[in-house]
Amino acid sequence: MNERKPVGQQNPMEAAVTRNKKSNSKPAKLGRDVQARLGQQLRAMYDEVVNQGVPDRFNELINRLNGDDKKDGH
Amino acid sequence: MAMDDSVRKAVLSAVPSLRAFAISLCGNVDRADDLVQETLLRALANIESFQPGTNMSAWLFTILRNHFRSEYRKRRREVEDSDGHHAESLKSQPDQYGHVEFREFREALAQLPSDQREALILVGASGFSYEEAAGICGCAVGTIKSRVNRARTRLAELLHVNSAEDFGPDETTRAVLASGGE
Repeated sequence: MNERKPVGQQNPMEAAVTRNKKSNSKPAKLGRDVQARLGQQLRAMYDEVVNQGVPDRFNELINRLNGDDKKDGH
Repeated sequence: MAMDDSVRKAVLSAVPSLRAFAISLCGNVDRADDLVQETLLRALANIESFQPGTNMSAWLFTILRNHFRSEYRKRRREVEDSDGHHAESLKSQPDQYGHVEFREFREALAQLPSDQREALILVGASGFSYEEAAGICGCAVGTIKSRVNRARTRLAELLHVNSAEDFGPDETTRAVLASGGE
């Protein structure tokens, strides 16, 4: 099935706005908040695909490989 | 070729994440699904080499990655600037991942060197440990760690973020939220 669930992520803006500008201006090391936000975006993007579940073609493929003629399971 | 029901379940439950990883590797949903299909065929043809009790997902990721790499090397002759090509193919299909809000992020991700992107996805999105990711990529744990760090730093640069505040779809939204919220 191709039904897509909406990504249940919190509003990124709220998190970003409420958190304060304690931004360390050190260029070399990323702040923990930045790392956390990068991670969140990465996962949100990834999970959009994950949430699509298993497309039919793969279910069919596995079932077919699992024994062509076995229609009624065991 | 009947397979153990638990094996079948383990394979199927890895499929959604395999697809997400495959899309991040090749930047194209159709190609990614073919890659997943080829991975499943290979895996099931060699299922006896899977060690029961070990991580099925990591095993499948390893097969997918190796398969992609060998295919990729073949295609490389045809495509000169492979990373640039990847970036372009992601840009040309902005909706394939879904929400437009990820566009900027996706484009930045596409600009990372492929080994860094891969390490970041495995650890940061697929949820593998550094050790598992090292196993999948066939490299040292320290290599994965440094790739992930470099990937994060580069992403932050590309997205021009110095603090969490800098994230967001656009300035207007931020301004509206800032003025409306308390």
